[in-house]
Amino acid sequence: MNKLSLFGLLRLVIGRDLMLAMRRRADVLTTLIFFVMVVSLFPLGVGPELDMLRKMAPGVVWVAALLSSMLSLGRMFSADYLDGTLEQMLLAPQSLSVLVLGKILAHWMLSGLPLVLMAPVLGLQFDMPVQALWVLIASLLLGTPVLSMIGAVGAALTLGLRGGGVLVSLLVLPLCIPVLIFGTGAVEAVSSGMSAVSHLSLLGALLLLALVLTPWVTAQALRISME
Amino acid sequence: MLEIRNLACTRGDHLLFSDLSFSLSAGELLQVQGENGKGKTSLLRTLCGFIVPAAGEIRWRGQNIGELDEEYYAEMVYLGHLNALKDELNALENLHISAGLAGWAVDDRQAIAALRHMGLRGRETLPVKVLSQGQRRRVALARLLVCNAPLWILDEPLTALDVGAVGLMQELIGEHLAKDGMVIFTTHQPLEVAGVELRRLTLA
Repeated sequence: MNKLSLFGLLRLVIGRDLMLAMRRRADVLTTLIFFVMVVSLFPLGVGPELDMLRKMAPGVVWVAALLSSMLSLGRMFSADYLDGTLEQMLLAPQSLSVLVLGKILAHWMLSGLPLVLMAPVLGLQFDMPVQALWVLIASLLLGTPVLSMIGAVGAALTLGLRGGGVLVSLLVLPLCIPVLIFGTGAVEAVSSGMSAVSHLSLLGALLLLALVLTPWVTAQALRISME
Repeated sequence: MLEIRNLACTRGDHLLFSDLSFSLSAGELLQVQGENGKGKTSLLRTLCGFIVPAAGEIRWRGQNIGELDEEYYAEMVYLGHLNALKDELNALENLHISAGLAGWAVDDRQAIAALRHMGLRGRETLPVKVLSQGQRRRVALARLLVCNAPLWILDEPLTALDVGAVGLMQELIGEHLAKDGMVIFTTHQPLEVAGVELRRLTLA
């Protein structure tokens, strides 16, 4: 019996969440299919005018990503809360923030990363130029982790509340507006011939800020929920 | 080792207990008694640090547990009403995870040995959802075997266990106490550990 290191614990938490997701794949697929459906409905609803589609593509993809990442937030901590695993997590002899970071990373791998990988395929429906597609991927890669992190705070705060699912969206969506603005801004900038670097840098800054603050805030919120 | 001084606990506006003082040293066994709703679980959860006491303090090796935080958690195991098991995972995976969360890296050999000791031979790789309530409890209790922590806080450990498993638990607690461990537990069933004086704390 050896002591588990901090890194070992992080790996354990991420591995556990991924393994659980593999055992109930439907949950992961719902998020992804929702994203694909919402984005695909727009060209059908708006009509095949390529100019308009190109213009609205970044906004549509980003809003769909935002909404589909809300779908899985409710499950982030609730299963662990109900079966008592969360109690044991609070009693782990390592920082709770690290455990929370592990859960956030696992959540992103299951709900954010698939969106990043699907986005270029969906972008083609909107006739997005290749350069814009790359920037879209980059902005999603920087932005979706922030959505998972902010979402974790909301999920932890609404843990154990009735109707928490709706409440968490109301709490989290306004906080995600900056990510949405800079994410779509980056793609629009590149489409209109400017550089996307400033928008992407701001997204990167948001990511770093969230990385430092949200695990700690989430950990505090979880402690309050367990009382 | 574990010292509780003038502890008070409130749930909502209701005062559960106040001025509670006791201490527990190596090799001692303490049973928390009381009718339903008298605060047994709340006391144990306060000892785990989930609930901030309304008054008083809890000291482990002379230091407040709030200040010790992770050092304290490295030396205790808590088993609550909930088993903290995932239905989709098998007993072995569940044990790996619960031991890991308690800070211990366990290899397969140790984990299987612990599960077999708890009478789960042949059930090691079955998903927990097909196990009975008593067997699930046994999987949860196997955690005690693989975590090398001196303080055990057990909330109704005997729920759903059959006579054989209750006997096994008595043996386990006896062995743990012989190794200078400490056990605080609540139960409504009789639990006798050979050769150890059972201290009782009654919440009224």
